[in-house]
Formats: sequence, C-alpha cells, structure tokens
Amino acid sequence: MHEMGIVLHLAKTLDETAEENKLSKIGRVTLQVGEVSGIMTDLFTDAWDYFKKKHPMLEECTLELETIPAVTWCDNCKKTYETVKYGKTCPHCGSGETWLLQGNECIIKEIEAE
Amino acid sequence: MDPVHVVEVKEAVLADNDAAAQLNRDKMKEQGTVLVNLMGSPGAGKTSTLLQLIRRLKDAFRIAVMEADVDSDVDAKTIAETGVRVIQLHTAGLCHMDADMTRRGLEAMGTEDLDLIFLENIGNLVCPAEFEIGADLRLMILSVPEGDDKPLKYPLMFTVSDVMIVNKIDTAPIFDFDLEAAAMRARKLNPDIRIFPVSAVSGEGFDALAAYLADVVRERRAAYENH
Repeated sequence: MHEMGIVLHLAKTLDETAEENKLSKIGRVTLQVGEVSGIMTDLFTDAWDYFKKKHPMLEECTLELETIPAVTWCDNCKKTYETVKYGKTCPHCGSGETWLLQGNECIIKEIEAE
Repeated sequence: MDPVHVVEVKEAVLADNDAAAQLNRDKMKEQGTVLVNLMGSPGAGKTSTLLQLIRRLKDAFRIAVMEADVDSDVDAKTIAETGVRVIQLHTAGLCHMDADMTRRGLEAMGTEDLDLIFLENIGNLVCPAEFEIGADLRLMILSVPEGDDKPLKYPLMFTVSDVMIVNKIDTAPIFDFDLEAAAMRARKLNPDIRIFPVSAVSGEGFDALAAYLADVVRERRAAYENH
C-alpha cells in the first residue's frame, strides 16, 4: 500500500531533476530496488502506470526496475549470506549477530530524457 | 547532439522525505517542542492511549494532537473532549503520513506555543515505519490481542521505534500473549527499545509512560530556555 506514496516521492524527485537539467519529458527511469526494501514491484509498477497518466512530463516514461540482492554480514564468523533465504540467523555458524549489508535500498539510478 | 540525454541521479527515492523530516525536526528543536509519532495497528488503542497520556500531562505541558486518518473525524472529536488543541488530517487514501504532510499539519495547527505534539499516524504496522516525519520520539503500540509474534512479522516497525507500548494487558488472561517473548523479539531487532505494558482501559502502567515522556519534554524545554 505504501507503493503509491513512494511513487509520489519518485515523481517529485524526477520533477526536480528535470528542472535542474532543463528536460521537458522523461523517457525512461531506472530504479534499483533492494530485495528486502519492502516494495512489491508488481504493485509499484501498477501505481506508477496509474500515476504517470496524470503527469504530462512522465506520460511516455517507462519504468525499469533493477533488483539489488539482499546480503547479510555475520559478525561472529565474518562471512556473508543470502538474507532472503536465511533471515537473521547465520547459516554458517548459527549466530544472530548479523546485520544487513545491502538490500533495503530504493534508489533512482538514472533517467533518460529527450 | 545526441537526442537521448541520460542523467545519472543516484538518489534514494525517499531522500526528499528525509530532508523534509529533518526540517520538521530542526523546527521543533528550535522552538523547544517535542514531536511524537504514535503508530500501531487499527484498533491497537492509539486514541485511548492518548487520552490516558493527555490526562496525566496536560496540567504540566501545553499539548496538541494531530489525528491522521484516511477519512472521518471520530478520533479528533474524542481528543477534543480533553480540551487540548487538535487537528484532523486526511490522507485521502494514503496509508501513512509523510514529512511534508506533517509539516502542512503543523503549520495549519500552529505550534509556537506548544511543549508536546502527538501525531496519531494511520493505523498500520507497515507503511508508517518507512516514512520519517521528523519526530523526536517514535512510539508504537502492540496490543495483546494482536499476538506476541508481531515483531517477527513487521520487523521494521519495531526496529525504528523508540518505545513499544504493550496495550490491553487487562485482557492477558483470555489471550495466549507472552510478554517476555514479545519483549525478547522486539529487543532482538532493537536492543534500545523501551517497553511499557499498559491498559488504556484501567490506566495501569500509564504513570510510568507519562513520566518518561515528561522527562523528554522537560529536557527539551530546559535546552530551549538555556539557549
């Protein structure tokens, strides 16, 4: 449900970037979304498609999503592992002294304009 | 010139929200006010928790409440009966408050002569945790009927909150809620989280919570007056 809220923030940033770079239309935007960012990509795409129709600068803009894999670091055995598969408990040593290295991001990588 | 112009942005989508949240935080600090973001599921007891806190704090401090809902003004009416200033905000379908909506609420309400402002966020354990509003304290309510597994299912909410209020402890005999388990799960996500078991019906536990909030407000007032 918060996907629409994120789309609104995305649109605001795109507006500002377009203004700074003197762009009148944006043709493509590439977003990097972490696997554990809490963003449902299907819902996000739907929210985007709904929103862009009401926003002339984005009317023809396509959205590309790149996934950033979630990786957790274990401070006990100093190894990394896949967060989605094992959660907070290290599969190498069973420790819970772990933290997320990457995977909760939602970053605008680049935009392409005409 | 190439007709296609690529701009590398490399900016977090919520960077603008985080910047707006920082402005709210700076403004509150500058005027000596504490802003509290109160979050929890629908029906967890956010409004009745506020009633208990207002009753204990309103003689000592100048308090106001911003009620955020998708629709209606039932919560604002309830709060208005306590005599504190209240404003109802509608998010028109959005499931959370963001920093700019909070700023507009604060401006519409007027904040200069206040010590403590509560924002009662939309009832939801997911989205409000994602959007900073610039609060000095984040309180979340977990009520006994919801179950002690909620920190496992909604980890971000428990990770970002300063305080976990366990409400409806008067109903503990009829639910299989394990307070120790809930506390352990929350602390595993957030070792610094403060936990207050309360009942918004009987008032049990609220003296401790109100005393904690009063300390935070007094500290902010002292810093403001010595400035």
